[in-house]
Amino acid sequence: MSRHVADTVANAAATPEKEQPFAALGLKPDEYARIREILGRRPTSGELAMYSVMWSEHCSYKSSKIYLRQFGQKVTDKMRERLMVGMGENAGVVDIGEGWAVTFKVESHNHPSYIEPFQGAATGVGGIVRDIISMGARPVAVMDQLRFGAIDHPDTARVVHGVVGGISFYGNCLGLPNIGGETVFDAVYQGNPLVNALAVGVLRHEDLHLANASGVGNKVVLFGARTGGDGIGGASILASDSFDSTGPTKRPAVQVGDPFAEKVLIECCLELYAGGLVEGIQDLGAAGISCATSELASNGDGGMFVELDNVLLRDPTLTAEEILMSESQERMMAVVKPEKLEAFLAVVAKWDVETSVLGEVTDTGRLIIHHGGEEIVNVDPRTVAIDGPVYERPVAYPAWIDALQANSASALPRATEGDELREQFLALVASPNLADTSYITDQYDYYVGGNTALAFPDDAGMIRVDEESGLGFAIATDANGRYCQLDPYEGARLALAEAFRNVSMTGAVPAAVTDCLNFGSPENPEVMWQFMRSVEGLGDACMELEIPVTGGNVSFYNQTGDQPIHPTPVVGVLGIIDDVERRVPSAWQDEGNNIYLLGVTRTELDGSAWAGTIHGHLGGRPPQLSLNDEKALAHLVQGAALEGLLMSAHDLSEGGLAQALAESVARFGIGARVWLNDIIERDGMDLTSALFSESTARAIVTVPREDDVKFVGLCEARGYPVLRIGVTDGRDYEATLHVQDVFTVPVAEIRERSNATLPHYFA
Amino acid sequence: MPTIVVEVMPKAELLDPAGKAVAGALARLGHTEFANVRIGKRFELTVEGPITEATLAAARTIAEEMLSNQVIEDVISVHEAPASGASA
Repeated sequence: MSRHVADTVANAAATPEKEQPFAALGLKPDEYARIREILGRRPTSGELAMYSVMWSEHCSYKSSKIYLRQFGQKVTDKMRERLMVGMGENAGVVDIGEGWAVTFKVESHNHPSYIEPFQGAATGVGGIVRDIISMGARPVAVMDQLRFGAIDHPDTARVVHGVVGGISFYGNCLGLPNIGGETVFDAVYQGNPLVNALAVGVLRHEDLHLANASGVGNKVVLFGARTGGDGIGGASILASDSFDSTGPTKRPAVQVGDPFAEKVLIECCLELYAGGLVEGIQDLGAAGISCATSELASNGDGGMFVELDNVLLRDPTLTAEEILMSESQERMMAVVKPEKLEAFLAVVAKWDVETSVLGEVTDTGRLIIHHGGEEIVNVDPRTVAIDGPVYERPVAYPAWIDALQANSASALPRATEGDELREQFLALVASPNLADTSYITDQYDYYVGGNTALAFPDDAGMIRVDEESGLGFAIATDANGRYCQLDPYEGARLALAEAFRNVSMTGAVPAAVTDCLNFGSPENPEVMWQFMRSVEGLGDACMELEIPVTGGNVSFYNQTGDQPIHPTPVVGVLGIIDDVERRVPSAWQDEGNNIYLLGVTRTELDGSAWAGTIHGHLGGRPPQLSLNDEKALAHLVQGAALEGLLMSAHDLSEGGLAQALAESVARFGIGARVWLNDIIERDGMDLTSALFSESTARAIVTVPREDDVKFVGLCEARGYPVLRIGVTDGRDYEATLHVQDVFTVPVAEIRERSNATLPHYFA
Repeated sequence: MPTIVVEVMPKAELLDPAGKAVAGALARLGHTEFANVRIGKRFELTVEGPITEATLAAARTIAEEMLSNQVIEDVISVHEAPASGASA
C-alpha cells in the first residue's frame, strides 16, 4: 500500500474539478458550495475534513443556534451578578463568594453509548471533565442523567451494564464522587439511550482560564495522550484516493478512554495554571485538532500556524485528514509564551505527559497547516469554528398533540378503598422509574475526596468547597420527558422548577443553570417545534427565577427508526450554601418530629407516574406551574434551614406525596403516622389525588416539636400554605408507614419492593 | 483433549490503556528494547471428541459474537492447538 499523500492547497487550486466526498462526510450540496465560495477554490481534503466536522450539527449548533440566543437575551442585571463566564466557552463559571468560583456543564454522549455502552459512557465522563479542566478548575464531582429503553427489553440490560460500568470505571478511577443524577426507563429510548454527563469544578477567581490563542509568536502545544485512529470512522473515506469505493470503513467509530491518563492530565494542568505557564487552553473532544486549532485561533488573534508532522502519533499510518479528525481521548492544547515554554515542558515532563510543539500564534487571520512540507490547510478559522451555517428549520405544530392533550387522566378510574390504594402505592414504589437505584449508584464512588455533604438519594448532591468556612454548592438535574411530550414549553419549565426546588430543599440558594437538550431529528418539523417551545419555556422560566443558563449542549437525532424520543431537556441547577453544616437532608432523621406539607395539592394526574404505572396512560396537560410559588417555597425552606428548624426537607414530584413518604421512611427506617383528611378537606379532592397528584411547589419537611411554633409562624408570616399531616414514629423493625384510615405498610415491605426492581432485571 | 485457541486483540487503531501501562513500566525498569506492548485475550476451548470443520466453525462464530466485542476488538486467530502444545 502506497503512503497516502495529502491533498495540498496548490493541488486544490489546480484541480477544481476533482470530485469530493462531501455528502459521505455529512455535508449538504449547498454547504459544500459555500465552502468553495469562502475559499475561492475547492477545499483540500484536509480542509474538507475540518469543515465537515466543525459544521456538523454536534459542533456548529446550526439548527439550534437561533433559539439558543434567547438564553443570552433573557437576562437581568441580577442574573449577571454572579456570572463570571457565560455561554460560548467550554463551561460557565459562577462566583460563589469568598474568592471561589464554580464551573459546571452537562453534555450528551448518547450515540456512542448505544454502539459501545462501556467506552461510550466512560469517554462521556472523560470529555466533560476535560471541559472543566480547561476553565482552570479542579474537577470535584460528576453526575449522570440516564435514559434507557423498557426495563424488560432484552437489549436494555446490555446498555445498562455497559453504561453504568463505563461511568463507574472512569469516574472512580479519576477519584471523582458521583453525587446524583437520574435513571429513567421508557420504551421511547429503546434504540437511543440518553447518556448525559455533568461535571463540576472549583477554582479561585484568579485561576480562570479561557480558550483563546492570543499573542503573536506564542507557541501552540499539544499534550496528553498520543493521537490515534479513535472515532474517525467517517474520515477514512478521505484517505482512499478513489471516493467511489464505498466499502466498509476499517477505522473504528468509537474511542477508548484511559482514566489514569486523564487523572495525570488534571494534575499536570493544575500545576501549569499555578505556575502561570499557559495563556490559553482548550480540551480536545469532538473534532479533535480541527476544533481546538480553529476555535483557539478564532477566539484569539485570529491566526495560527501548525506543523501537523509534529503531532505525536500512536499509529504512524494515520493520514493528515485522520489526524485532523481523530477523537483520541485525554488530549489538551495550550498556548504558551516562548519564554515560558521551557518551564511548561519541565512541568509536563514531570508528570510523564507527552508533549509536542505544533506551531505558533500568528496575526495573519489564517489557520495554516503544513504536512509533509506542503500546505494542506489555509483557511480563515472563523469560517470553520464560528461562522458555520445557521438554519431556521421548518417548524410545524404537531397535529397529534391536541388529541394527546384532550386525553386527560381525569377519566381514569380512581381507587377509593384502602387495599387497592395500598397495592397502587407499592406498585409505584416498585416501578422502574421510582424504585431504588442503589443497584446503579452503589457502583459509583460518592464520598471519595471527603467533601461530599449530600449525595444520592438526597434531592440534590452537595460538595464542600472551602474546608475552613464550610462554603459549598448543591446541584440537581431533572427532565420529565412525559411532561415534555404533553407540552414541551411547560415541560421544560417544570424540569427547571424541579431542579430549582431540589437544590432549594437542601438549604442552598440556586444561582445558575446548565442544560442538555436531547431531541429527535431537527429535520422533522414537529421535533423542531418541540425544541423551539422547550427552549422558549426554559429561557422564560430562567428569567422569572433570575438564574442564568451558563452553558450546555444540544443533542439532536435521538430516535429509534423514525420515532423520536420524548423531548428530554435535562436541566441542571447549581446553588450556593454558605456552610454545608447547615444542609438539610431529604429523609427523616428521628422519631417524634412533626411532618408538614408545604404548598397546595390539586388534582393533577395527567402525565403522572400514577397514570403511567397503574394505567399505562400518557395524556392531558402537565401540572400547572407558578414560579412565584416555587420562589416562595425556596425562600421559606432556606429561611427555616438558616434558623435550624428543619430536620429534613423533601420535594414532591413524580409519584406525588405517596412516593415522597415512601422515600422518607425507607432511607433510615423511620416510620410515620400520616393523615390525609386535612389535605382532602382544605384542597377539596379524593384520596388518589392526595396521594399521587404531582402538583408543583410542594414539599414535606420534618420539624422537631420544640420548633413547631416558630416554624408555623414562619410559614404564616410568609403566607405559604402549611399543613401538619403527621408525625414520625417508630424505627427499624417495628417501623411502619401508617396512613390513617387508608392503609398501613411496614417500612421493611416498602424497602423490599423498592430495592428488588433493578436487581431483578440486571443483577 | 483437543483444544481450539481463540485469540482476540484490541483493534489496532484504538488505545490499549493496559498495554500502554505495561510498556511504560518496562521502560522504567530499564527494558528499553521494547517499543510497544499490546494486551489481548486468549481463549482455550476444550473439545469433546475430535475437532471437525463444524466445531471450528462454531468456535469462529462464538469468537466473533461472544468472545470479542466487534466494536473495539478483532478476532485475530481461531486455530487448533498443537497436540502436545505448551498449553496442554
